[in-house]
Amino acid sequence: MRLDYSLPFRSASVNQEVEKKEPGEVTTIYNEFEVWTVNTGGKTIHAKRMPGFFRTFKDRAQLALWLPFFFFPYVRWNDKQAILFDIDNRQFHFFSLTVLPQDIWMLSLILLVAAMTLFAVTSVASRVWCGYFCFQTAWTDWFTWLEEKIEGNPTARRKLDEAPWSADKLKKKGLKHLAWAAIAVFTGISFSVWFVDAFDYWSKLIHFQLPMVGWVVLIMFFFGTYILAGFLREQTCFWLCPYARIQAVMNDSQTILPTYDYTRGEPRGKIRRGGEVVAPQGDCIDCFQCVQVCPTGVDIRNGQQLGCITCGLCIDACDSIMDKVGKPRGLIRYASLDELSGKPAKKMYQHPRTLVYIGIIVIALAGIVWGLTHLGSLTLKVMHERQPLYVSMSDGSIQNKYEFKLLNKTDKDFQVKVTALGGIKDQVIIGAESNPVIHHGRGTAFTIFVKAPKANINEDTTPIHFHVEGLEDPSIFAEYTDRFYGPKK
Amino acid sequence: MSDKHNAGDVPTTGHVWDDDLGDYINQPPKWWMLGLTASAIWVVVYWIFYPSIPVSTANGFFKGVGGWTAIKEMEADKSVVDEVRGKYEAKLKDMTPAAILADSELTEYVTRSGKVLFGDNCAACHGQNGVGTHDKQGLFAPILNDDDWLYGGKIDDIHTTISGGRQGMMMAHKDMLSEAEIDTLANAVAAGKPTSTPLFTDKGCVACHGADGKGMQAMGSANLTDSVWRFDSSVEGIKYTIKNGVNAGTPETRVAVMPTFQGGKLSDAEIKKLAVYVYKFGGGQADAPVAK
Repeated sequence: MRLDYSLPFRSASVNQEVEKKEPGEVTTIYNEFEVWTVNTGGKTIHAKRMPGFFRTFKDRAQLALWLPFFFFPYVRWNDKQAILFDIDNRQFHFFSLTVLPQDIWMLSLILLVAAMTLFAVTSVASRVWCGYFCFQTAWTDWFTWLEEKIEGNPTARRKLDEAPWSADKLKKKGLKHLAWAAIAVFTGISFSVWFVDAFDYWSKLIHFQLPMVGWVVLIMFFFGTYILAGFLREQTCFWLCPYARIQAVMNDSQTILPTYDYTRGEPRGKIRRGGEVVAPQGDCIDCFQCVQVCPTGVDIRNGQQLGCITCGLCIDACDSIMDKVGKPRGLIRYASLDELSGKPAKKMYQHPRTLVYIGIIVIALAGIVWGLTHLGSLTLKVMHERQPLYVSMSDGSIQNKYEFKLLNKTDKDFQVKVTALGGIKDQVIIGAESNPVIHHGRGTAFTIFVKAPKANINEDTTPIHFHVEGLEDPSIFAEYTDRFYGPKK
Repeated sequence: MSDKHNAGDVPTTGHVWDDDLGDYINQPPKWWMLGLTASAIWVVVYWIFYPSIPVSTANGFFKGVGGWTAIKEMEADKSVVDEVRGKYEAKLKDMTPAAILADSELTEYVTRSGKVLFGDNCAACHGQNGVGTHDKQGLFAPILNDDDWLYGGKIDDIHTTISGGRQGMMMAHKDMLSEAEIDTLANAVAAGKPTSTPLFTDKGCVACHGADGKGMQAMGSANLTDSVWRFDSSVEGIKYTIKNGVNAGTPETRVAVMPTFQGGKLSDAEIKKLAVYVYKFGGGQADAPVAK
């Protein structure tokens, strides 16, 4: 599948008209636009792999983030999967910690931390996520690495693509797609086992006994991985990914990102034999190595652009050329627009945007820490019966009915005792004499009646504070304030 | 942006809007045409498969080769619900109401699922959740969530009441007692002390309401000493009851009739469930502990 974004209809005569206009007018932006070629998938990019600092960093960063994705689910803790997002049972296990859906509000803070970290890093050093960590980048990188191992270097690959079908081509292509498919399947499996027990999943998988949703997830991830990393590749970053666009607007003139130093490089020109100098020439020898190594196929010398995922591979390429021609490194380097235009570099704390992001991260982290340390072992919700609000009993007392809902977050069942503070003088609590058992990991409900002498009721409604505690361990408790209803005064 | 198509190659319709806007006469994309064709085929298949032609034929309307009906779909949905309820229903079928009450899981099931049953059969008179209903004469049907029971609040008593229904009965006394006597009695009853007047014994009230005025559950006579009232707690209301009686056969008399639910209207299991449901309103009375 190839994406094709045709330009809006424009007749040849209109083009000529635009060209006739004076430079600086708004319409000239379209002329400039015309010059810029963005690969819309018309040609497959076969990027050259060159060793260097950023290549090594990228390799290690990708593995550091994504190897745990593949293998961490097999880590056990107390005979259970160490990290398990158990959707079936609505429980989330993190080592010995179990989080129930009631505490899932912390997830929003975790997502906030993740988003703000992305924003903060991007405001400092541009698309660090895209360049070194993103799954699209990582999987594409691994896929092209396999491609290079099987089909050879970019030149050989282009030749093979154009060659007519032969046994050799079939063998190479087949092997490549098989390897890709294997990674894709393993990706789907690895995703799934974060949500169900890993060993149980494998056992069901090899016996073809996965539930329907399991197969659907696996198939979706298989095709998602195979198509996105095998075929769409940089097109995903150009046209599919919203973050690419969001992050682009977070850069400002203070943000450092791989930049071509045009003041040093221009005017570019090929090195001439014998070193004869026809015209003044910059350091860029127009060797196109920066373009050839680029996984998204952009020319960094055009300046900052959406297609650039800031992976730094062009820096490696350019540095190696600069070494060869005996010029200083850093023609392409991590630099800010301020630096290139000769403005003094500002300090970190002079970047308010980053400070705001970091502030939000700190607040959200504080919220998560508070949440995790205040999970509690028991929660109580009390619902007063709406109809009738109260009942007159034969001895003249007034009875109220309450539905108690308790959630036991510990890992064992226990009995509870129900008491109340406030309410009416001489009130009696009926319904929990047998100390109901509260089951762990799920809600338990029971009915409580409170009966009080009518003479002692002074208000239409009186606050009553229920206190439920463990029969054996009173340190496990929960409280809820409701009201006791009586006849209108 | 495109590096594949040259806009100049394709002719336009020739019509130009706003100086420079034209329409290419391109074919629609292949995927789009395939989608259109597939949709058309789908329409035909759908019409054949489902009851789609609302015209009657010799065999009734066209039923579709798939045999789908909304009723079948509803029954399939219902069978899912029945499957969940089935294990409880099978269990409580052969149990006594008291045994159901002793089983906390079944009690939970009954109190959760009994709402519909109660709403359909009981709430018309007793009100939703058994709060009682009123008519112009006072309380029309008893409140079920207090602890005062005319015929007993033990689980088996409630079960008997629902099964067989109840008929209140009290003679009309307007021709037997003088206005003054009725007034005295009504005031004593309203104060909660019916035995404070000798008339209570002399005029035979004790025969039904008992020597202590607390009523007899075996015959459903009201407890006159507590603060829960069957009809009307005002002196005037009590006088009306004494004068006209209950179900005494006159147009003025108070009415207290509960229909029989056994044999037709409700199944045995449903009656058992309702007994437990009503018991759990809050007024149910535990059986006296059995001596060991």
